[in-house]
Amino acid sequence: MRIQYPGNIRIIRVPCTGKVDLIHILRAFEKGADGVYLVGCLEGDCRFDSGNLRAKARVRQAADILERIGIGGERVRMFNLSSGEGPRFAEFATEMTEAIRALGPNPIKAARKAA
Amino acid sequence: MIVAQKKPIEEIIDEIKGFKRILIAGCNECVTVCEAGGKKEVQVLASALRMYFMNNGVEMTIDEITLERQCDHEYLEELRDRIDQYDAVLSLACGAGVQFLAEKYRTTPVFPGVNTSFIGVTEQRGIWSERCQGCGQCILGQTAGICPISRCAKRLLNGPCGGSTKGKCEIDKELDCAWQLIIDRLKELGRLEDYEKIIPVKDWSTERAGGPRKITREDVII
Repeated sequence: MRIQYPGNIRIIRVPCTGKVDLIHILRAFEKGADGVYLVGCLEGDCRFDSGNLRAKARVRQAADILERIGIGGERVRMFNLSSGEGPRFAEFATEMTEAIRALGPNPIKAARKAA
Repeated sequence: MIVAQKKPIEEIIDEIKGFKRILIAGCNECVTVCEAGGKKEVQVLASALRMYFMNNGVEMTIDEITLERQCDHEYLEELRDRIDQYDAVLSLACGAGVQFLAEKYRTTPVFPGVNTSFIGVTEQRGIWSERCQGCGQCILGQTAGICPISRCAKRLLNGPCGGSTKGKCEIDKELDCAWQLIIDRLKELGRLEDYEKIIPVKDWSTERAGGPRKITREDVII
């Protein structure tokens, strides 16, 4: 399809979004990521039954923590699509990139430089 | 198991701010199972706190360790060589673990990272409920395996009271009436005649009302 999506995204492949733990999301922010989003299968379509629902819950937990510590809960999101939806993947990438651009960089990066 | 709940991160920040080097100590037992103070919770809390303090321009070292148990000397001894490197310890163990740690290491301040709540069970992941109050005189044999001390709001020994409606307790529509549960189970067991037996006044001296408790077992002391 050769669809274009923003080049600033680093893709980390996992066997299932259910593999992504809360600490993985937080560590990404600790290391300076401006935003993190998970792209999982459609709800109800998980090959492993509930992997994407687990991921959804962990995204919620991460958002809550990030909000409380002043990093911003809206920097982490979950998207769902089916494996045949390449264009949707690119749309999500654009949507997330625009949302994070509007929020500005992860404040941790500036704080680390100042330290 | 002992069920605990994570303290809000704001409260924890308040506890430890002002210290420079913090050790977060988890516990591999009950608090791991109720997802309040195990290795995972230690990692998540440490990461969140590091980000918070970094973001606020506060230099802070936050390290992590998870002990097998914090209610036993032998595991707490694992901290012996490194505890002096820290200004304070944030323990995610239950109240017993926090205290035993504080008793052992007298010159290091210890703060609790969880609110210890009750002795209970995992109904399903994310839902825990109380089953035992450690009254020291178990009567489960007389009450069809359902404890009226921990599950009846009035701790009635001969119930139910007039507040039992459609199997629920008057203090909360969601709460099962323990005595309704007892009667239902006695029926299932075909032992409803046991319900007629009056349970005599309980000796509460073995409960917390009799003061802090201690068990000494001469037979196992070496």
